[in-house]
Amino acid sequence: MQTEFCRDADELVSAIPDGASIAIFKDSGVPMEAARALVRRGVKGLHLITVPTGQLVADLLIGAGCISTVETSGISLGELGPAPNFIRAVRSGEIKIKDATCPAIYSQLQAAEKGIPFMPIRGLIGTDLLAHRPDFKLINNPFDDRDKVVALPALRPDFAIVHVALADRSGNAWVGRQPELKMMAHAARCTLVTAEQITDDNILEEERLAAACLPALYVNAVAPAPEGAWPLAMPGHYDTDADHLKVYCERAREMDGMVSYIEEFVTGSSEAAE
Amino acid sequence: MECSAAELMISATARLLDGCRHVAVGVLSPIPGSAALLARARSGGRVSIIGSTLPEYRTDGGVDIFDCAGQGRVDAFFLSGGQIDGQANINLTGMGDYPNLDIRWSGAFGSAYLYFMVPRVILFRQEHTRRVFVERVDFVSAPGTSAPGVYRPGGPYALVTGLCVMRFDRSKACFALQSLHPGRTLEEVRDNTGFDFDVPEAVCETKVPDQVELSLIRGPVARDIADAYPAFARSEFGVSR
Repeated sequence: MQTEFCRDADELVSAIPDGASIAIFKDSGVPMEAARALVRRGVKGLHLITVPTGQLVADLLIGAGCISTVETSGISLGELGPAPNFIRAVRSGEIKIKDATCPAIYSQLQAAEKGIPFMPIRGLIGTDLLAHRPDFKLINNPFDDRDKVVALPALRPDFAIVHVALADRSGNAWVGRQPELKMMAHAARCTLVTAEQITDDNILEEERLAAACLPALYVNAVAPAPEGAWPLAMPGHYDTDADHLKVYCERAREMDGMVSYIEEFVTGSSEAAE
Repeated sequence: MECSAAELMISATARLLDGCRHVAVGVLSPIPGSAALLARARSGGRVSIIGSTLPEYRTDGGVDIFDCAGQGRVDAFFLSGGQIDGQANINLTGMGDYPNLDIRWSGAFGSAYLYFMVPRVILFRQEHTRRVFVERVDFVSAPGTSAPGVYRPGGPYALVTGLCVMRFDRSKACFALQSLHPGRTLEEVRDNTGFDFDVPEAVCETKVPDQVELSLIRGPVARDIADAYPAFARSEFGVSR
């Protein structure tokens, strides 16, 4: 399989059909431009897997009506407060929620990347999370009958969507300090990458970059997306746009405001978003 | 010496970390994060702060903090709750009938695992009211105690609030008042707590941070916590990243 190169994030996400499951990492680079492209396309019924937690990207996709199921360990806007669209949608029953805990989601993806059916995990016993997750099973430790562990099913997202600082023309993507982006790509059926920059040099030939590089083997398609994490930060490139996040929080408080936010900053002209 | 409510909580929490070699700090935890940095400034050890970009507070990625705790390499961690009950069960998920809760909070994050794994988990919540401290949580995101036979090297150690410090007795599954913050009374704590707790014969007053401690909090601690918690550092200490 050759990595496909797309014109922009909109072309990249056209591969994602309604109802697909998508995995998005909690931290930089958060694929905000790819998420905006999904909203512009009017995609519906997505199953969002936050790895392992979600923030603005989850709240935006939920607020835009793209999501029917959220599988998450938690969604919050951090110091800015609760995620308003997430809370609204859970309360109204508009989205189905599969509550998890951070290491559970990581372990489930690790099972998928190894091609094994499940992964055992400590903790969870006696929680209401476990009580509400029939797909999580309490089993005996096969090596010690007196010990119990929770077995988690492998989690194989249809798509991993990641945003990186650098990709190359061969389809290699440099993930920097986020090894979890590699894990997501290994686990997913298909990985779509947006990149701040696309270089002519092969990243895997660079001794200092190669270890933190996702090889093209796992990258189905790449699109350039300068400032693709905006208004969130991209380390080494730009900081969080705190003023814009304030605007988001104010507008997202009510559904009317959210609709106007999406018109102005997502589906409207690109000038308005800058 | 004048100190703020947050500074008093930071100082009280830091004293609960004596002897810890590695303290980890999760999300939405600016006061515990500051306490961990204060304890480190006084007595050394390592601090890992999820969300910090400063190299000295990084772990080997997001998965690693859980693997690290699973091996027993994390001595202390902090958790809070929308509700916390007398058995130290915490609810980070919401109130009402699950899943369409009347009030939905962010979610369990790593609590359902770390509460089991980390030996010294310190609960914190500035708001000390019956809304928070309930007889029984609506949803157990992470349980305070576990049945015999459940692998559980970790669990609750203490609770720090805007009114007092309590210690948790795991064998009795019960909190005991340790100290009242200056100006607070036992009656006030009882009136604002929805569960019963033990009261020792002598309840001391929470020690107010001295000049040395305050200058550490307002200096290096404020500077470093600003990286992960810029809004907190700005409003509490007037420090920018």
